[in-house]
Amino acid sequence: MTKAEKSPRGESGRSPSAARVRRARGGLFRPSQQTIVFALFLVLFLIFSLSLHGFLTPDNMLTLLQNVAVLGILGLGMAVVVIGRGIDLSLIAALAVPPGLVLQMVQNGHTLSLALIAAFALGLALGLVNGWLIAYAEVPSLFATLASGLFLAGLGQAALFKLDVVQWSPGMNALTILGQGRVAGVPVPIVMFGFAAIVLALFLRQTRLGSFVYAIGDNPNAARIAGLPARPVVVLQYVMASLVGVFAGIVLAASVNSMPTRIYNSTLIYDVILVVVLGGIGLSGGRGGIVNVIIGTLLIGTMLNAMTIMDLSYSAQNLIKGLVLLIAIMTDSFLNPRNEETAQQGDI
Amino acid sequence: MSESLIRLRYRLWPDHLVGEILSKRWTETAIPAIVLIIVAVALSRAIPGFLSAAGLADTARQACEIGFCVLGMSLVIIVGGIDLSIGSMFALTDFCALYCLDVLNWPVWGVIPVTLVAGALLGAVNGVLVGYFRLRAFITTLITLIVYRAAYDLLIFGHSNQIAAAFPDIPSWNFLGGGGIFGIPSIVLVYAAIALFGHVFLTRLRPGWHIVAIGGSRRSAFNSGIPVRRTIALCYIASGFLTALGALFFAARLGTVGGDIGVGLEVTVLTAAILGGISLGGGKGSVAKAMIGTLIVLLITNGLTTLSAPGGVNRMVLAAILLIAAMIDIRWVKNRTRIISKVYVSPTYHAMPPIPSTAAGNGTPLALNDRLRDVSEIAVGRIEAPEDIILDGEDNLYAGSRHGDIIRFFPPDYERMEVYAHIGGQPLGMAFDRAGTLYACIGGMGLYRITRNHQVEKATDETNRSLRSVNDDSRLRLADDLDIADDGRVFFSEATVRYEMDEWPVDGLEARGNGRIICYDPRNGTTRTVLRGLKFPNGVSIAKDRQSILFAETWGCTVKRYWFAGPKAGRVEIVLENLPGYPDNINPASDGNYWLALVGMRCPALDLAWRMPGFRRRMAKRLPIDEWLFPNINTGCVIKFDEQGRILESLWDLGGVNHPMITSMREHRGYLYLGGIMNNRIGRYRLPNADPDFVQYDRRWRTAA
Repeated sequence: MTKAEKSPRGESGRSPSAARVRRARGGLFRPSQQTIVFALFLVLFLIFSLSLHGFLTPDNMLTLLQNVAVLGILGLGMAVVVIGRGIDLSLIAALAVPPGLVLQMVQNGHTLSLALIAAFALGLALGLVNGWLIAYAEVPSLFATLASGLFLAGLGQAALFKLDVVQWSPGMNALTILGQGRVAGVPVPIVMFGFAAIVLALFLRQTRLGSFVYAIGDNPNAARIAGLPARPVVVLQYVMASLVGVFAGIVLAASVNSMPTRIYNSTLIYDVILVVVLGGIGLSGGRGGIVNVIIGTLLIGTMLNAMTIMDLSYSAQNLIKGLVLLIAIMTDSFLNPRNEETAQQGDI
Repeated sequence: MSESLIRLRYRLWPDHLVGEILSKRWTETAIPAIVLIIVAVALSRAIPGFLSAAGLADTARQACEIGFCVLGMSLVIIVGGIDLSIGSMFALTDFCALYCLDVLNWPVWGVIPVTLVAGALLGAVNGVLVGYFRLRAFITTLITLIVYRAAYDLLIFGHSNQIAAAFPDIPSWNFLGGGGIFGIPSIVLVYAAIALFGHVFLTRLRPGWHIVAIGGSRRSAFNSGIPVRRTIALCYIASGFLTALGALFFAARLGTVGGDIGVGLEVTVLTAAILGGISLGGGKGSVAKAMIGTLIVLLITNGLTTLSAPGGVNRMVLAAILLIAAMIDIRWVKNRTRIISKVYVSPTYHAMPPIPSTAAGNGTPLALNDRLRDVSEIAVGRIEAPEDIILDGEDNLYAGSRHGDIIRFFPPDYERMEVYAHIGGQPLGMAFDRAGTLYACIGGMGLYRITRNHQVEKATDETNRSLRSVNDDSRLRLADDLDIADDGRVFFSEATVRYEMDEWPVDGLEARGNGRIICYDPRNGTTRTVLRGLKFPNGVSIAKDRQSILFAETWGCTVKRYWFAGPKAGRVEIVLENLPGYPDNINPASDGNYWLALVGMRCPALDLAWRMPGFRRRMAKRLPIDEWLFPNINTGCVIKFDEQGRILESLWDLGGVNHPMITSMREHRGYLYLGGIMNNRIGRYRLPNADPDFVQYDRRWRTAA
């Protein structure tokens, strides 16, 4: 994209018209969901900093971020798909199975590079199958990725892994730095999260394909009629998501020194969706960006960290987390109510 | 020889049924049903005793427990939402039932309502949030899933030992869990009752239609005044209630509160619903689909467990079957209407004798002439599509219009006009009864009457359903023309039962007897079909003996006579056959004969095509509709005939300048008034030697018995 093409978009892009709409609705300040969640994060952060001993320390801050780094990376992959009006439930399978395959292959005596190639090929295949099913066979994304994730998890269980938890082996040591290293005092998982965030932000905002993703998410039919390669771009979204999932899995494996493949059975996928949607990326597509994922991740991370410090049980943590989230989306719906006239069909 | 074979083949083989069966809504479920049968057969062959009575009873109990949840999920999906919290609600209500029974030692009749109300309340949380607060269903129920699950985990932490230690031996409780009537498990009976009610509810009752309407188009439903928010909230409540019902039976059967109860249930339930053909996004779905989906998922998972496949293989097979079935189903639903439109038109064999000559100067009454060249025109450009016209004793002229009105023109020059009545559908044939009430056949609506003070009333819009028809032929699709017998009975024609008003020429391509003559009796309000299998019956007129009607069959090119009373009652005789054109309305002339409009003239090409049904079917399949061979309806004429079947004279407009297209004519005080369904005018032709005082319905009712 040349400079000449870019400049008009910069001048008359989304935000001025959004501001105009806001002004037209009565001139009142109406915070978006993104703002509300960010405000909620700040309030919680402030409360915890003042009331919780040991919360606002540099060490705890790094722990907080490290704990949610993997969740954040997964959220980034999911964000690309959700912006393109889809959803990828097979992300956890991509997180668990191909990285597990790396560990297993290295354990069996293959070289690390071969194992990595195999893992990314598997991730690529998953993305391609997902994309083909959704773009060409027109299976709803919710259903297609549910089934493909189930298939991949089954494949891992039946054919790839000997045990549910695949152990780290010495041949993997080259990758240890991804999980346990530090760059300038910052744990590498956080750096990886930042790295992935920058790459995807550049993709979404600065490349032509990235704007195609927004266009397709906003109105798939209009995008097709306008001549965009809608189907290949949808395939690309799912390929990117599953590759990001594989990447997150490798970071996870490196930081816990094993790959617990039963993670597929957990409710992690729901946390990922929460991060994305809570941050303000609407499930109806075409809205939001990487900033929203970061905000969502920060909120979830803060809450989890504080509750861990308060020594709450896992169930109690979930309960509180759920209630806070509910309050967040209810506030959003009061401030930005859905309009029956413009609500989109199938907008669940 | 080969032609008689063709005739035989088209007489014996009912081609038209294929399209009619496919256009039934229930064929949408065909693919899931076939998958179910394949799965059942494959598993019963692979596993001995899979379909035995004992095995089935156990499967049935599980199926119904999940089935209740699938019904709830389906309802929510149909209304345009999704309920991911079903698994957690299942666990919570299971706990609720067992806690009340085992820890609080409540009687069973107290446990059941409390559990169901608990389920409804849990659903009501979703309902209020999604319905009234209009939160997004997916994210909201995702959060309630997490909250409910956390609550369940906290609750069983304190009570699971107490519940595990209790062994309630209560007959009624055991009946729920393992009992039955005549070998049918109790849960199956309850499920059958609920499913039956659900089917009636969704397909026959107003609230059910509201649900489908909201799912189909939330905006339209809102604009048409349906209580969108309340209905959506109630759907989520129903989902919670049904889940609680499933959990209740589950609790009675197993009596456990393990940590993994209901984990992932929402995925199973969602899979079942989608596999059954309930489309995400709403507006489509039925109880039958939910049941089929449940059975498929359950048979596959149970079968694989019985085959003791490793967990991983189990998952892979399930996923693969789900994907393949979903892909085929989506293709099927997407292309179904295209397939229907290809096979619905089913031409049949129809042979006609050679066309009689209408050449100018051939010495027959049919010879072309120019007598209609100098008709005067009424209301040029001010009326659209006056299929029929009628005049009353005060010389007012009534004509139907395409906009759904009956327009009245005032004498003497018929320049002044008013909307006599607005009906909403296009008026076709009209007639006055003894009291001066105007009866009109309304295309697509039925038989209506307009009283003298402009009151529009529906006379009838349905007749008796014939036993062997696949299409529901009780509704009147294309009521065409009518006349009224002395006793007040209205005989009217319905041109076709297979096509709507706007596609009536396609019926001519089929040339099958799709039409019928129907009798409406205003004395007791009954409607009965008296003749069926007619080739586009059109004009109807009471004959002079007042015991029979003359009716025209447009594609049959005949005029027939049907006796409804008297010694020949029930008989049909041919009056005119092998007409040179397609006959339309019939009305009496002042000299005791009849006027007949020919809406279009036959041509050899279509006559030949009528003898070649295969050719016409290929044409309908392969060509776009505007390139099909259709009957000519651009040029026609008016003929006069008598009851013996003699054609006496004909009136033509050779150049087609003033009045080329004629569907009806009415003689009135020495003039012939002409109407045409494609015209923007009414023609008025001065008849030489006609009775200057003839007013059709005045004379008709003056001389009536």
